[in-house]
Amino acid sequence: MIKIDKKLFYEMLRIRMVEEAIAREYPKQEMRCPTHLCIGQEAIAAGVCAALKKEDVVFSTHRSHGHYLAKGGSLRAMIAELYGKATGCSEGIGGSMHLIDLDANFLGAAPIVASTIPVAVGVAFSRTMLKKPGIAVCFFGDAAVEEGIAHEAMNFAVLRKLPVLFVCENNMYSTVTNILDRQARRPIANLASGHGMTAQTVDGQDSGAVYTAANKFVGFIRNGKGPGFLECLTYRFLEHCGPHEDGPALRPAGELARWKKNDPLSRMGRLFKGKEIDSMKEKISKEIRDAFSFARKSPFPSVNREDERLVYKEDHQS
Amino acid sequence: MRTVTYAQAINEAQEIALTRDPSVFVIGEGVPDAKGIFGTTIGLAQKFPGRVMDMPVAENGMTGICVGAAISGMRPIMVHARMDFTLMSFDAIVNTAAKWYFMFGQKQSVPLVIRMVVGRGWGPGPQHSQSLQALFAHIPGLKVVMPAVPADAKGLLLSAIGDNNPVIFIEHRWLHALTGDVPKGYYEVPIGNARVAKAGRDVTIVAASYMTIEAMRAAEALLQEGIAAEVVDLRSIRPLDRNTIVKSVQKTHRLIVADTGWKSFGIGAEIVAMVAEAGVHFAMPPVRIALPDMPTPTSPALAGSYYPTGIDILRSALVLCGRKQTVVARIVKEYAAAITEVPGFSPDQPDPTFTGPF
Ligand SMILES: Cc1ncc(C[n+]2csc(CCOP(=O)(O)OP(=O)(O)O)c2C)c(N)n1
Ligand SMILES: [Mg+2]
Repeated sequence: MIKIDKKLFYEMLRIRMVEEAIAREYPKQEMRCPTHLCIGQEAIAAGVCAALKKEDVVFSTHRSHGHYLAKGGSLRAMIAELYGKATGCSEGIGGSMHLIDLDANFLGAAPIVASTIPVAVGVAFSRTMLKKPGIAVCFFGDAAVEEGIAHEAMNFAVLRKLPVLFVCENNMYSTVTNILDRQARRPIANLASGHGMTAQTVDGQDSGAVYTAANKFVGFIRNGKGPGFLECLTYRFLEHCGPHEDGPALRPAGELARWKKNDPLSRMGRLFKGKEIDSMKEKISKEIRDAFSFARKSPFPSVNREDERLVYKEDHQS
Repeated sequence: MRTVTYAQAINEAQEIALTRDPSVFVIGEGVPDAKGIFGTTIGLAQKFPGRVMDMPVAENGMTGICVGAAISGMRPIMVHARMDFTLMSFDAIVNTAAKWYFMFGQKQSVPLVIRMVVGRGWGPGPQHSQSLQALFAHIPGLKVVMPAVPADAKGLLLSAIGDNNPVIFIEHRWLHALTGDVPKGYYEVPIGNARVAKAGRDVTIVAASYMTIEAMRAAEALLQEGIAAEVVDLRSIRPLDRNTIVKSVQKTHRLIVADTGWKSFGIGAEIVAMVAEAGVHFAMPPVRIALPDMPTPTSPALAGSYYPTGIDILRSALVLCGRKQTVVARIVKEYAAAITEVPGFSPDQPDPTFTGPF
């Protein structure tokens, strides 16, 4: 268990430090794109992705940095994308809300709420038709289950017993609107069991618990037993979009402080010696410095506004 | 008369409608929150408890629900912080709202207003920036309006709320902070009437929404060259004020259409075709100024070349009015220098106070 604990902690720490670095640099106004940070929610990305293989694919939302990094997406290409550089993972065309890394099988993050859920199901569908191994995982927020297409996608996944894991990060908010103002009071996991799939709610601040649950799901999904749904209870420490905290007007008094006591990193950090953590931090800092300097030094893209080849693929099936 | 912002004008129109008509309600994601949809709904939830509300992130279902409310005695105002999100509700808008009156033999109409904001700012990118007026204006059964100045925002919104049909009310993000004179109290600006924002005889510039602001700047610069441009602010996309446009081009014989949407199959295409069909003689081929046929790229380095500005309008107007290449180049250069000298100028910021992220 020690080995997996270390892996989970390191991954969470890495995501946290990357997000903190972005928050620090963002006010310099060089990263000019809407940026949704996942500080407070790292345990879910780390726990789920630790249960995956390279061949498994991941999709995400506007809040995707953690998922992208945990699945093995290139840090350099992500930071360059935030700076709008040609070396970014989407050539500078997408920005923070449109991350992709095909080498890592991170197949795309997009900000239209729930829009990537059916796409993940579609990849799972093609895997079964082509008899290819690997499962599809889709991360999304609590608001996504309010969209009809989430349910259309879940129904089909159950109907066809597709290899897909739905991961709902329930941080109780959609921008600043509390879940109680948007959904009836019942566990989100119940919606998935209503569709006929196995669903479970876990403590999303406990990366070990997330990992254990994800591992169990991934096991039966790989065995062709159909989709699964993992609801993770969590909390976003910063504002919906941008580098600051939400002001006191937007959150009930004491809520943030209470959740900060339930920080996934400090909870797990107790397992490690201070010296050990320091050396992890040193290694990650170096990686982050390298990524930011790579991004800053990279050239901006130059796009010919008439260039249709950016919009339509030219070649035809041979 | 007093000066208020475009956002305040919209806020005021809703407040007046909520006050005078108990069947009006306002609903949308983030409507009651502190930022109040760029200031357009701030304070309303407190003043009208139970009638100004948030909603689940469920655009399609909620639009259908608002259609149901509209055919049974309510007058809903839906609000979307980005036009792109309304695509989730395209079925409810196009198949249901737009056709309800027609398909049941004119028995029930749908008095529904859907406010949509065209995003522009720091790298909103391909899915948070679309200006889809042409898409909606294509649909019989929908009305589409795009006010450019605060007074029209208020008057057109009140008109839209009183209208017994679904009205798409489009606000460009770069207009919210714009100020202008706005009459107090209730008044309507009729849907379907364009506004001659500046009279002139040499060239007609028909502009939609934010491009009206750019067109007025270009028209100012043209005056120094002795060219009197007529700027027609469309205000309504559908129904289109054919008369005002045709009359203007009959006078100037030169037409530029400046739109915030894409060029192909867009508003410009409709207007040029309509004027041609009316048999108006063009002294020079008409010009469409619009977005290139490409989704919005995110990188700040690409914003400048993606979005057309007054520079493009100015250049086209000078060419249409027969100015020599060297003269065109000189004037355009002076104009461009004057804009970029304004402190805080940037192609991805509406004004210097904007610090992102939206
Ligand atoms: C279809 C659609 N509607 C609305 C929005 C605006 N929006 C962007 S993020 C967001 C909140 C989503 O909340 P949730 O899914 O819980 O994710 P979280 O931000 O909490 O991670 C909303 C409403 C959008 N991007 N797409
Ligand atoms: Mg949420």
